[in-house]
Amino acid sequence: MKRSAMIVIGLLGVLLTVSLQAAEAPTVDEIIERANLAAYYAGDDGRAEVIMTITDAQGRTRKREFVILRRDVVDGGQQQFYVYFKKPSDVRKMVFMVHKYIDKDDDRWLYLPALDLVKRIVATDKRTSFVGSHFLYEDVSGRSVKEDIHELVETTADYYVLKNTPKDPAGVEFSYYTVWVDKQNFMLVKAEYHDKDGRKYREVESLEIKNIQGFPTVVKARVRDLASGGATVSVFKNIKYNIGLKDRIFTERYLRRPPREVRK
Amino acid sequence: MSRPCLISIFIFIILVPAVFPMAVNASPLQDRLYDKYGVDLNGFIEGRQGWRLRDDPYEKDSSISEMRMQLDVSKDADWGVIKLKGDLVGDQVEEKAYAELRELNFAFSPLDFMDLKIGRQTLTWGTGDLLFINDLFPKDWQSFFIGRDDEYLKAPSDAIKGSLFFDLFDIDLIYSPVFNASRYVDGTRLSYWNSMLGRRAGQDFIFTDHERNSYFKDSEFAARVSKNITGIELGLYGYSGFWKTPEGLDSKEAKLWYPRLSAYGASARGALWGGIGNLEIGYYDSRDDRDGDDALVRNSEIRTLAGFERELASDFTGGFQYYQEWMQKYDSYKSTLPAGTAPKDEVRHVFTLRLTKLLMNQNLRLSLFTYYSPSDQDGYIRPKIHYKVTDQWAMEVGANIFAGKDDYTFFGQFQDNTNAHAGVRWSF
Repeated sequence: MKRSAMIVIGLLGVLLTVSLQAAEAPTVDEIIERANLAAYYAGDDGRAEVIMTITDAQGRTRKREFVILRRDVVDGGQQQFYVYFKKPSDVRKMVFMVHKYIDKDDDRWLYLPALDLVKRIVATDKRTSFVGSHFLYEDVSGRSVKEDIHELVETTADYYVLKNTPKDPAGVEFSYYTVWVDKQNFMLVKAEYHDKDGRKYREVESLEIKNIQGFPTVVKARVRDLASGGATVSVFKNIKYNIGLKDRIFTERYLRRPPREVRK
Repeated sequence: MSRPCLISIFIFIILVPAVFPMAVNASPLQDRLYDKYGVDLNGFIEGRQGWRLRDDPYEKDSSISEMRMQLDVSKDADWGVIKLKGDLVGDQVEEKAYAELRELNFAFSPLDFMDLKIGRQTLTWGTGDLLFINDLFPKDWQSFFIGRDDEYLKAPSDAIKGSLFFDLFDIDLIYSPVFNASRYVDGTRLSYWNSMLGRRAGQDFIFTDHERNSYFKDSEFAARVSKNITGIELGLYGYSGFWKTPEGLDSKEAKLWYPRLSAYGASARGALWGGIGNLEIGYYDSRDDRDGDDALVRNSEIRTLAGFERELASDFTGGFQYYQEWMQKYDSYKSTLPAGTAPKDEVRHVFTLRLTKLLMNQNLRLSLFTYYSPSDQDGYIRPKIHYKVTDQWAMEVGANIFAGKDDYTFFGQFQDNTNAHAGVRWSF
C-alpha cells in the first residue's frame, strides 16, 4: 500500500512536472502568435514619434522624422497606419497611409501636399525599403505569420530561437531568418536574415525595450545591412497606447487635413 | 556663350555660396519662430538652367534660367491652420524678378463632419497621371514644358472649398468667385502653332486673351461625391465654368477667349492584378458651341482614361495609360472648318508610359514619362534624374522632348521647344 501510494504520488509528480513544463513551453504557433501580438498589436491603437537615422556604407547619414498612428481593426489581423512626415524639409507634411490586410495586398496611399495629390501606391512588394531606410515595409507593419514555416530550433535560458522559412521563396530575398523571442514578454529581440547561399546578411535588433502603459515596447531598434555596411537606427518617443483613434482618421479626409494627433 | 547663360553661371558660382550660409542659419530662426509663436517656417532656394536643343527662330536660346526662393509659413492652432506659401523668382529668360503667392488660406472644421478651406490653394482630384479629365483646376503648362519642378504644374486657385463627410459618402464643393485660368503656351517662352498665321509662332505673336475677370459673373463651381468601398475609390464629378485654356478665338481682335464649359464625370480606382487600376470618364459640354458649328470654339467632347500601374521589380514601377478625346458633332466641325485648315481627328488617342526606378537607398530616382499619340502622330518624352545629395541638397537633370509629324498637333507644335535642364535645390 505504502509502495503503491508512493508510485501514485511519484506518477502524479511526473505528470505535474510534465504539465507544468507544457505550460511553460508553449508550442511554436503560440510563440509566433504571441510574439506577433506583442510586436505589432500592443493596445487597440497607438501613437509614436519616430526619428530614423540612416547611415549608408560610406558613413553618410540622413534623418527622417515622422509621427506614426496605428489602429487595430482586428487584434492580430487587419490594421490601419498613418505616417505623417516632419523632416527632412522636402518630405514635410507628406502622409503615407496603409490599410493592412492579412489575406490580400495592403492598400497604400501617399499624399503630396504641394500638389494636393492623393496618390494610390502599389503595394505588391513588401520587402522594399521604407522611406529609403534599411527598414522594410514588412518590418514596420509586420510580416504575416502565415507566410513562413516556423521551427523552434533552440530554447535558451532567456529566449526561444525560431527558424522561419518562407513558403514562397521566390517572393523574398532571404532563404530563412532566425528570431530570438524573449521568454518573459514574447518581445522580438533579434532577427537574422540569411541569403540564398546561407550567409547572414541582415540583422534587426531591439536595442532598448521599455514598459509603456503595461506594454513592453521597443523604443530603440536597429537594422544592419551586413553585406553593404549600412545601418538604420530608429528611436521611438512619446509613445502612447489606447488613445481612442477613430476609424475615420484613416481616410482621404485626413490625408488632406492631418489630424491633431500627428500635428502636435 | 549667351548672356542669360553667363548670368546663370554667375548665379551658381557667386549667389548660391552667398545664400548658402544664410540658409544654414535659417535653422535657429525656424526653431525660435516655432518655440515662441508656434509658427512653422520652411522653404527652399533653387537655381535652374535649361537649354534648347533645337534652333527656334521665335524664342530665346535659354529655355529656363532662374533663381527661386520659396517660403512656406504656417500657424497651426486649435481653431485651424493658416498657411502662406510664396515664391520669389529672378527670371533671366523673361528678364524680370517677381513674387508669386502660391497659397494663402485658412483651413478649419466648423462642424465635426465638415472641413472648410478658404483662400488661395492648390486643388487636385481625379485619377489620371499627368492626364486630367475631371480635375478642372488650373494648370501651368508652360512651367511643365520648360522643366520647372512638378509642383508648378498645378497653378493656384482662389476658392472656397467645403467638404462634408457622411457615413454613406463624402461631398466636396468648390466655389471660385472668379475664374482661375490655366497658364497656357502663349508664345512668350515657347513657340506654338498659330492657327491664324497658319504657321508656328512665338515672341513675334504672343497670344493674349479676353480675361474672365468679373467677380461672380465669371465664377466657377466644382463638385465631387466620393466613396471608398473596401479599397475601391469611386467618384462622381461636376463642373460649371469655362474651358481652362482659351479654346475660343476672336478672329477680329486676334485674341483668344474662354468659352463656357460644363463637365460631368466619374472615376474608379483600386487594386487590380497586383497593381493599381484606374478608370475615368468625363463629358465636356462646350456650352458656347453645343451644335459644333462654330469653327472658332472647341466642340464638346467625351474624354476617357484607363490606367494601370504595378511594380516591375524592387523599387521599379511601371505605369501605363490610355486616354482619348472624342470630339462630338464632328460632322458640323468638319463642314464649318475654314478652307485650308487641316482637320483634327474625331478621336485623339494618347498612350502614356511611366517608368520609375529608385536606387542608392531611394536617394537616386530615375524616371521617364512618355506621351504618345498614334492619331496625331506626335509625342512628348520627359526623362528625369533626381538625386538627393543630402537631406538638404538635391540635384536634378531632365529634358522635355517633343516630336511630331505635323506642326499643328498638340505635341508636334512644340517640337522646336525641345529642351534639357539642370537644377540644384537647398531645402530648409
